[in-house]
Amino acid sequence: MPKVIYGGQALEREEDQSVLDCLLAAGVDAPYSCRSGTCQTCMMRAVSGEVPERAQAGLKDVYAAQNYFLPCVCYPEGDLEITDPGDVGKLPAEVTSVESLGGGDILGIRLKPLTPLDYRAGQFIRFFKDEHLARNYSLASVPALDDELSLHVRKVPGGLMTGWLFDHLKTGDTVTITEAAGDCLYVSGKPEQNLLLIGTGTGLAPLYGIIRDALYNSHRGEIRLYHGSVTPEGLYLDAALRELAQQHPNFHYIPCVSGDNVPANARSGMVLDGVFADLPKLNGWRVFLCGHPEMVKSGTRKAFFAGASMNEIHADAFT
Amino acid sequence: MSLYDQLGGEAAVNAAVDIFYRKVLQDDRISRFFDGVDMAKQAAKQKAFLTMAFGGPNNYTGEDMRRGHAHLVAQGLNDSHFDAVVENLAATLKELGVSDELIGQVAAVAETTRNDVLGK
Repeated sequence: MPKVIYGGQALEREEDQSVLDCLLAAGVDAPYSCRSGTCQTCMMRAVSGEVPERAQAGLKDVYAAQNYFLPCVCYPEGDLEITDPGDVGKLPAEVTSVESLGGGDILGIRLKPLTPLDYRAGQFIRFFKDEHLARNYSLASVPALDDELSLHVRKVPGGLMTGWLFDHLKTGDTVTITEAAGDCLYVSGKPEQNLLLIGTGTGLAPLYGIIRDALYNSHRGEIRLYHGSVTPEGLYLDAALRELAQQHPNFHYIPCVSGDNVPANARSGMVLDGVFADLPKLNGWRVFLCGHPEMVKSGTRKAFFAGASMNEIHADAFT
Repeated sequence: MSLYDQLGGEAAVNAAVDIFYRKVLQDDRISRFFDGVDMAKQAAKQKAFLTMAFGGPNNYTGEDMRRGHAHLVAQGLNDSHFDAVVENLAATLKELGVSDELIGQVAAVAETTRNDVLGK
């Protein structure tokens, strides 16, 4: 009899029983609603074993790429080990560098995981100060291009976590992080599709990873990055992004400064105003939004109304 | 041939869901009921609703529908709002070139959920 392995327990599954029914029969309090593979309430992630194609029909491609599936319509041939969607393990990492970025209040931290870590560019990890204090930070690194994990951290006035990171974290420290999670990431398979990336502040970090991942995968469609900041110092990857744009004709970098002090080579105004003045129609575009929650919320709505499909809008609000 | 097959099955649902959800969010009569919801999760729910209304595979239970809308009924959700949703559904199908006859059939299926949605 094929088994479902969940929470370290092997559950016997009848051939004609869905994975969801198997879990429920075993007394697992699994969430569900439609039981027909559409509402996605029951979504889980496969850790090992073959997920039948039917159990991923209709899922966002970024979910399917990470082995998420719908237990209510999943009838696997063999054993399947599964986990709750948000479940991630912890691991130790060594701090390999800490540096100021852009001369302002942003810190670049590089970490070397001390046990193997699988991740995709654009995902985030949770970073622990101690048992009681931890924050999520997006990864700016790309597994295929970078040996280390790279994070961008903005100093929060009076913030407990960032206060510690800025004042005490140093090269050589060993820290605890979690495995990577999140679905704001590049999925290969549509190399001609146009990509629009909108970020404010350190929301740039995951977008930088996604862009480099796309270029590494020989993405041929247009890639447009709009980075919004109040001050010029907040455009902390300006030089690197201009160089990247020089090297790749299909990549366009549009910095936007909303404060009074606008450099000659940046746009004046709010980032979303810049985006939708340039791109009133987004039919067929894939859109990524990261940063300030209000910008992400408003931008998601505007991108959808401009014609982007909800399945191709990826948002990550920094709260 | 079933209604679902006549409409074009899952591909038809995929074609309709963005258009329908855009109309609903831009309709001043009902948009406030969607304030603060996670748009991606809501889109998946819209898809489940369309699949059901198109006569597709579903395990619709009136109880789920009641539970899912109870907080909106408390905020004043009533027949006029339900009518607006059905109107947007018909306009979506019209835009996709579906015949009036089939649109009528879809509206009739949607109609069967009215009392559950409105908690009557």
